[in-house]
Amino acid sequence: MTFQFTKYSIVYYIISGILVVATIVCLFTFGLKFGIEFVGGSNMEVVFQTTQGAPRPSNEAIQDALKSFNLGQITVQPTAGYKGYPGAILRFKGIDEATHQQILTELNKLTPTTEKSFQYIGPSVGQELRNKTELAIVLALFAITLYIAFAFRKVSKPVSSWKYGITSLIALFHDVLIPLGVFSILGKLYNVEITIPIIAALLTILGFSVHDTIVIFDRIRENILRKGMGQFEETVNWSLTQTLGRSISTVLTVEFVLISLYFFGGETLKDFALALIIGITSGTYSSIFIASPLLVSWYKWSAKREERRTSKK
Amino acid sequence: MAQKYYIFIGVLVIAVVAGIFAYPNYFNQGVDFLNQKMLWTLPHFPEKPYVLGLDLQGGVSLVYQADLSQTADKTASMAGLRDVIERRVNMFGVSEPVVEVQGQDRLSVELPGVTNVEQAIQMIGQTPYLEFDEERAQTETQQILDKIKEVQDAQAKGQDISKITDWQTALQNPYFKPTELTGKYLTKATVVFDQTTYKPQIQLKFDSDGAKIFADVTGRNINKPLAIYLDGFSIIDTSGDGKIDNQDLYAPKVQNKITGGDAVITGDMSNATATSIASRLNSGALPVKIGAPISQQTVGPTLGSVSLQKSLVAALYGLLAVVIFMVVFYRFPGLLASIALVIYVAITLAIFKLIPVTMSLSGIGGFILSIGMAVDANILIFARMKEEIKAGRGLAGAIDEGFKRAWPSIRDSNFNSLIVCAILFFMATSFIKGFAFTLALGILVSLFSAIFITRIFLMVFVGKWAEKAKWLL
Repeated sequence: MTFQFTKYSIVYYIISGILVVATIVCLFTFGLKFGIEFVGGSNMEVVFQTTQGAPRPSNEAIQDALKSFNLGQITVQPTAGYKGYPGAILRFKGIDEATHQQILTELNKLTPTTEKSFQYIGPSVGQELRNKTELAIVLALFAITLYIAFAFRKVSKPVSSWKYGITSLIALFHDVLIPLGVFSILGKLYNVEITIPIIAALLTILGFSVHDTIVIFDRIRENILRKGMGQFEETVNWSLTQTLGRSISTVLTVEFVLISLYFFGGETLKDFALALIIGITSGTYSSIFIASPLLVSWYKWSAKREERRTSKK
Repeated sequence: MAQKYYIFIGVLVIAVVAGIFAYPNYFNQGVDFLNQKMLWTLPHFPEKPYVLGLDLQGGVSLVYQADLSQTADKTASMAGLRDVIERRVNMFGVSEPVVEVQGQDRLSVELPGVTNVEQAIQMIGQTPYLEFDEERAQTETQQILDKIKEVQDAQAKGQDISKITDWQTALQNPYFKPTELTGKYLTKATVVFDQTTYKPQIQLKFDSDGAKIFADVTGRNINKPLAIYLDGFSIIDTSGDGKIDNQDLYAPKVQNKITGGDAVITGDMSNATATSIASRLNSGALPVKIGAPISQQTVGPTLGSVSLQKSLVAALYGLLAVVIFMVVFYRFPGLLASIALVIYVAITLAIFKLIPVTMSLSGIGGFILSIGMAVDANILIFARMKEEIKAGRGLAGAIDEGFKRAWPSIRDSNFNSLIVCAILFFMATSFIKGFAFTLALGILVSLFSAIFITRIFLMVFVGKWAEKAKWLL
């Protein structure tokens, strides 16, 4: 049995189109909240040892208490805390160790507070990291495109090898954009930041998404060699059907560990796991419903143009 | 075909050894139990702890920017600075500090388990202080030693030592006292070699003020030792016990009064010793200022252990879910793949210990992710096998074909992930590095476990019986 995946291509394009456009709108209106490792500043995670059942000090109370330090904008992000005590991450501009200790004293006056972690990143370090990250992303994209073009160099009929490269790149952008959109909204609503772990997750998504697409394209390549190149659309659908079981199994096994990491892993890896969950789901979706249908649509479009050109003659 | 059984046994031995190495507790408890019951004396399996990063064990990580504008030889200055900071950090009593030069002018200091960050920062930020001390007169030495004894006696009896007259005297070094000569007057120290004996010597050069003071100091100390201290401690480990403490004293003897500001320290020393003496003299002579840290990360001890525990629990649940899934969907081969996955976990953990890889939260994240990805190769192979069986191929043929046909996809996709890992690794931020390294290691080990180990298992366990029970495959 062959599932007719490409029959509903237009539906997938519309769904993905809406998601991508929504993401771009979010990115332009909300932007992304970058973590202090990219912009510099301080980041302080505390737990409030409030008496049984009492709520933690309000954001306003905290901001008021720290007013005298001239910390610029203070954002307060609530956390799950520790052993039932509420916690929060405070972010403000860069400070030295002495000020850091004074802030702790001030918070202690508000309510007994223990500090779980403190991070300070100077502005030059942030700039440097931003440059490095940009370089890494560009390099990764470049390397992946090169590799696909190389891996598919032997396939040229009926769709040339660079088209495989381009379609997998489109799927790749799709897979990275969607988690970015989600984080843009989370940043707006819950002050979730783009931190180094998130960047690592995004780059892993790049690898995984291509990984998935390659398996399907590999099967298409094989089937073309086996069955000849007639009926390109039929071959693609047949290849997708054959690889469907594998695609589902692979995404499920990875999702199992990620979901377990999201729910049972520590606070620190939560956002990292979330980014991967979104990206990998989107990666599997796009390999089946975007990359391969695009290949077929492209093939049809070229064929039609070819036809028109010959009929004109 | 006995060969496959040898390989199979080999794989099992590797797996068991790796497993015990990764987690020796149960094995050693078992050994204890047997030793007790049977009066044997079986040895314990050597225990080697995992190296935990700062984010897991708590502590502070500091990065400093050195001001090298005043120095010509930047590499040597940074090496000297690293040395000075490492000495201070060691004296602070931190268990395993790491002091590293990053790039050209950055210094990273990692202090596991330190809670008093303010004091640590203050101590690290101080400018190195080099001093030359002369011997005290015998009577003076005796006075101080007596006072020290008096104070110690008082302390032993629990009396208030501040009641003793001149109790501060006891804080002084009984044998040496500071001279006016300090690192400020030293221009440079270099290692040179004696023209005739080829032994290393250290050449000191003082500025014009220093030359006068040095002439004065040497003039009144002929045939006496001149002790050299950096930050209040000997500049070299003279007792040879691997650490610098109050037992160490580096004090070359003054031969003559030296005028003109040039001096040579001779003696029986190795090249390495001479180089490190010169480097320490220089770090006192040309102090590199580092000021306040440009980045700081402090992780409380509870946060670290809680995150570690939580992520291990998450890894366990994830592993369990993958195993159940594999057994349900791929039945017998799935079971074999699950065993291969457990072996994969054991081998990877053993490698983490062996290298050793510093385990950070990010590394554990990469490792957990790799558990999910490790069975991908198996899934590709089994899916292929099922297809071949459906197409009417015999069992052995289907297994062979499954491995052969799935290989190009496995190779291409894993190679791609490795490329991304390599790029991430060279981005050189510690979080990403740990993640990329464990993920890459995971990919490589998983290729071995998913392809080689699973295949051996299939060859050993799938025999004639399976032809009758094809539903299991």
